[in-house]
Amino acid sequence: MCLGIPGRITAITDAARLMAMAEVSGVRREVNVACVAGHDLEALVGQWALIHVGFAMSLIDADEAQETLDQMALSRESLA
Amino acid sequence: MALRDTHVTMAHGGGGRAMRDLIDDVFTSVFQPPDTEDQARLMDEALREPGARLAFTTDSFVVTPLEFPGGDIGTLAVCGTVNDLAVGGARPLWLSAAFIIEEGCEIALLRRIVASVAAEAAQAGVRIVTGDTKVVERGKGDGLFITTAGVGVIPPGLDLGARHIRPGDAVIVNGVLGDHGATILAARGDLALSVDLASDCAGLGHLMQAALAAAPGLRAARDCTRGGLASALNEMAAEAGLAVELDETRLPLRPEVAGVCEILGLDPLYLANEGRLVLFCPPDQAEALVAALRRLPEGQGACVIGQTLPAPAGRVTLRTAFGGARLVDMLIGEQLPRIC
Amino acid sequence: MKFASEFRDPVAARALLSAIARKADAIGAARARPVHIMEICGGHTHSIFRYGLDRLIHEGVEFVHGPGCPVCVLPMARVDECVEIAERPGVIFTTFGDAMRVPGHRKSLLQAKSGGADILMVYSPLDALELARRSPGREVVFFGLGFETTTPSTALSIQQAAREGLTNFSVFCNHITVPEPIKALLDDPDMVLDGFIGPGHVSMVIGTHPYDFIARDYGKPIVVAGFEPTDLLQSVLMVLTQIAEGRAAVENQYARVVPEYGNSVSLAAIADVYERRPSFEWRGLGEIDASGLRIRAKYAAFDAEEKFGIGYATGRRSVPEIEGCACGAVMTGKLKPTQCPQFGKGCTPDMPLGALMVSSEGACAAYWQYAGARETAA
Repeated sequence: MCLGIPGRITAITDAARLMAMAEVSGVRREVNVACVAGHDLEALVGQWALIHVGFAMSLIDADEAQETLDQMALSRESLA
Repeated sequence: MALRDTHVTMAHGGGGRAMRDLIDDVFTSVFQPPDTEDQARLMDEALREPGARLAFTTDSFVVTPLEFPGGDIGTLAVCGTVNDLAVGGARPLWLSAAFIIEEGCEIALLRRIVASVAAEAAQAGVRIVTGDTKVVERGKGDGLFITTAGVGVIPPGLDLGARHIRPGDAVIVNGVLGDHGATILAARGDLALSVDLASDCAGLGHLMQAALAAAPGLRAARDCTRGGLASALNEMAAEAGLAVELDETRLPLRPEVAGVCEILGLDPLYLANEGRLVLFCPPDQAEALVAALRRLPEGQGACVIGQTLPAPAGRVTLRTAFGGARLVDMLIGEQLPRIC
Repeated sequence: MKFASEFRDPVAARALLSAIARKADAIGAARARPVHIMEICGGHTHSIFRYGLDRLIHEGVEFVHGPGCPVCVLPMARVDECVEIAERPGVIFTTFGDAMRVPGHRKSLLQAKSGGADILMVYSPLDALELARRSPGREVVFFGLGFETTTPSTALSIQQAAREGLTNFSVFCNHITVPEPIKALLDDPDMVLDGFIGPGHVSMVIGTHPYDFIARDYGKPIVVAGFEPTDLLQSVLMVLTQIAEGRAAVENQYARVVPEYGNSVSLAAIADVYERRPSFEWRGLGEIDASGLRIRAKYAAFDAEEKFGIGYATGRRSVPEIEGCACGAVMTGKLKPTQCPQFGKGCTPDMPLGALMVSSEGACAAYWQYAGARETAA
């Protein structure tokens, strides 16, 4: 079912193996960041990523998230 | 004679001097049972009251790891049995404790666990009056198993039980759910999760006494151990022949427990607790009951989480935040992570 | 923002439900003439039941629960092969918890474990890799299970094992793909589907273009959706809007996570490690062309099928499924779970006959577990 949850990357733990610490609601787990790593690994720290089976699979785009919430708010207003 | 070994060997189970030393030094010197005979001989003033009844229960404890944040197998072994007595309205008085020790178990660890048993018993106001030890070969046990049995006294006229639950009763818990289960999952280490959580493990005897004083109409209570709140409610709904409806927005959960559940695809309603109980009382006594529970440390997070309905019998449902509803069923087996 | 709780807002959900109702009325959807929308992914099925959306939504909208639950569509023969590997001396068989209870012909992994096989539940293939590093004398096999979401994790783990020169780590590959079974469903002449909710996490890997054929060739709307309740409702609204406007397009409700072209690192790792099998067997759906992946020859040292001479490597195939099981008809939307003659009789979660009763994400198990459908069955 592809359980994936948003987690925040808090630190790079092993740059050679592309490992970082991710945090979800106060729960920490080391994850692989190969799929989301750019040239500067440290730039990942503080970013939110979608975590699946110990891998950060996709960076979460805050602007797109806001856009989606705005769309939902529109359907609320059209109701009023 | 003081014990000099660092680890338990088969000799400590052999019936000879080594066993005598282990028992004297590690167990009886701490528990100080009232008698050295093979059986405890017991009397309590509460038993003299006409109509008083004995309550008697037993439970075995296995847990990996043996020590975890918030407790160890020793605290579990006392709290579990004390709570089984307490939820029936009994005042817990005496406990037996039998230890099945795996060869190779560290004696320092054993001492820590025995100290936990003693401390928890003192806290709960019970005495360890009899006990036993056995040693099994390496590989034939999981470090240590403990079995406790407990005896308590139910005062005259008090009769708690699921059969007394009525439609419209309030359903109450004494605090946040799933801390113990989530703590153990993380402490086992094989899922490599790290989280600042501690087991909710606690003796609930004093809490039950406070509940009975605040809500004289209390119908029934049960501790939510293995299988969590969901399993306890399913059992009680079936026994009472009523339905239970929970309100999702009222279920108390720590964010960290919710986080562990989200990561592993688990449902917190099925996570084990070791210091949580669910109580049923008439709706007009719910407020007083919650207030009384909250005055005690083990009742800090007490709240109403739902109510009983006349039908369908045995059904537990959860009303979601949007007004949807889902069935909260018994588990088939152990709850397994749901990831891929 | 936490990217989760914001999408569970009951007020937004109620507004979306009203908008869905108006749209459904506008296109004439009613209980007798429902719009059939398939949520492909088992995670969506789970969310629908978890939040009770099936009961809240307009009665003219009917969810058809798709084949996107990897545990559900795993054929019994593959479970048998897992057990066979796990029972070999020296093997530590590692798996996601999901697969533990799936019945094989002889036994499930849970039963094999109680029989003495060394089977360990892990959260990640990385944990299996770490176990292999720490256990040089043992062969650590990871049960590679899942759709495109999970495939990169095993591909990257195999690449890492190769870099480190590990010789005691292998993957039993059962990875499958989403577009092929959807095409098989759409080619079924009895198919009744009007639109699709697309799998959000699969799509973050493969992007949205692999679904183009659904709109272009079959004229059906598909909206890639997130997993929170308002994500799902908004996606249903988007499908209905397309139907109302007479359009069929691939739309992306889950743009915060799903990039149009997917994830290039994941796709490169998959392409490096895996290739398509000519066909792969799905429980309830039979063999589907090009729907499964196998490990390429250059990584054969990490392929449990090769290492143990098991499965497709032996050229054998298929063990017949159980007689009387109507999972295929349920998955194509021809039957509702409760209309299956076996539902609640020969097939329950304790003794599942068919795939959809196996996992809580299977449509039948979800009906049983969450929706209280058993009363109607009993």
